[in-house]
Amino acid sequence: MPLILEFKSSTFSVPVLVLSSDDLPVIEQRLQDKINLAPEFFKNSPLVLDLHEINKQGYNIDLVAVTEIIRKAGMFPIGVRGGNAQQNKQALELLIPIYSNHIGGVLAEAQKPKATEPEPKAELDFVTSTLITQPIRSGQRIYATGDLVITAQVSAGAEIMAEGNIHVYNSLRGRALAGVQGNTEARIFCFDLQAELISIAGIYKVSEDLDETSRGKPVQIYLQDQALIIKDIVQHH
Amino acid sequence: MARIIVVTSGKGGVGKTTTSAAIAMGLAKKGHKTAVIDFDVGLRNLDLIMGCERRVVYDFVNVINGEAKLNQALIQDKNCKNLSILPASQTRDKDALSQEGVGRVLDELKKDFEYIVCDSPAGIEKGAHLAMYFADDAFVVTNPEVSSVRDSDRMLGLLASKSRRAEQNEEPIKEYLLLSRYSPDRVKLGEMLSVDDVQDILSLHLLGVIPESKSVLNASNSGTPVILDEKSDAGQAYADIVARYLGEERPHRFIDDKKGFFRKLFGSK
Ligand SMILES: Nc1ncnc2c1ncn2[C@@H]1O[C@H](COP(=O)(O)OP(=O)(O)O)[C@@H](O)[C@H]1O
Ligand SMILES: [Mg+2]
Repeated sequence: MPLILEFKSSTFSVPVLVLSSDDLPVIEQRLQDKINLAPEFFKNSPLVLDLHEINKQGYNIDLVAVTEIIRKAGMFPIGVRGGNAQQNKQALELLIPIYSNHIGGVLAEAQKPKATEPEPKAELDFVTSTLITQPIRSGQRIYATGDLVITAQVSAGAEIMAEGNIHVYNSLRGRALAGVQGNTEARIFCFDLQAELISIAGIYKVSEDLDETSRGKPVQIYLQDQALIIKDIVQHH
Repeated sequence: MARIIVVTSGKGGVGKTTTSAAIAMGLAKKGHKTAVIDFDVGLRNLDLIMGCERRVVYDFVNVINGEAKLNQALIQDKNCKNLSILPASQTRDKDALSQEGVGRVLDELKKDFEYIVCDSPAGIEKGAHLAMYFADDAFVVTNPEVSSVRDSDRMLGLLASKSRRAEQNEEPIKEYLLLSRYSPDRVKLGEMLSVDDVQDILSLHLLGVIPESKSVLNASNSGTPVILDEKSDAGQAYADIVARYLGEERPHRFIDDKKGFFRKLFGSK
């Protein structure tokens, strides 16, 4: 019998929008500000809406209106998580699937159709890691919601962004931005530092500001007292 | 199964058309039925390099629009009957090409030809995108200078993400580096990047180095692909490239400053 279809399990990296306010005009403005930073990246991007924070703070939010804002901004909401029973019901009416917080990757597991209970208290972090083995060429952009691991080179003119850590086991010649959602604990590790720009939680250095002694070396980069520290991975004695 | 080769670069004036003409002729002379297509709508010049500009009746756009049959537009090369040229339109603009139309013409060519060489226009816009979209193999032509290498890198990113193979999750396009207009003297003076510099930046399989050579200009003035000038350094470089592409092992040449041997043998070029 010819193969007509089959189910495969696959993991995708999808940006997650965490809301902490119920002020719709402000949300719309901030969202647009974020998108303007990397318009090509966000264009037609799928997006998961995280309501955990907003519910924790006791706000309520009109899911229909938020969905509209997201669509207007050129993105496609493909999931809601951390919602309460009423929000989940609203999401299903909008044909948006519901994800529970403890799934490892957004689309990694079959949906639980009756996940209409309020979230249990357990606050598990959303950690995925994205592995890339092909070179990231000039003009390409990569965004990872968790850690980003790249075994090939990152060319000048390329941009890699992660909400978590970035590891590049090759030459890093492009721009690397770790902790892009504000995680100051995030680090960048690379095998050969020749970056055009490095940034952690928004604090950055451009190529010109890089210390010549760290250029071309395996280094790790982290934040200490609001300053980027670049250190050899291999400590010399 | 026919293979579609795109000759691409991002940057203009690096030698794409020179290369397309040379390798198409090289493949044909090795006995493979080959077609070469000019995708540079509005700036056609492949027909000049191939010396068939006075035999153009219909062009690529006519075929796409159904105004001519494919075999009415194909021009058989005067030197080699295995080789056919599909010229670009000089009078239309780039929007005359559509993905569906290009796909249709390529499918038809695949029935009759073993290799289809697509000469890409410069840039990364529609024309260049359509030239590479259906490719199986990409010959990335680069000059040993930073801006050209950067543009090639950009093009490699598009080959890996915006091609048919990428979109349909098939095996990726095979990418080859052709380093053209290479001049060991100028590399030595630090005026040009070396082969190693370029490979370090692009990390790509080097198919061959084509030296900067007067023979290229002579060939294009006479309307014969430079590969037919068997005594010329550039002609030999292209012959090596075709042989390597077809699986032969040949040592790389024209990288070092050792011009003595050929100079002595064939006279200065
Ligand atoms: N190896 C070479 N040595 C010297 N001149 C070359 C060489 N390759 C190309 N050229 C010249 O460079 C110019 C651009 O070449 P062309 O093949 O038309 O580039 P493209 O198609 O990439 O725009 C032409 O004038 C051509 O004669
Ligand atoms: Mg050209």
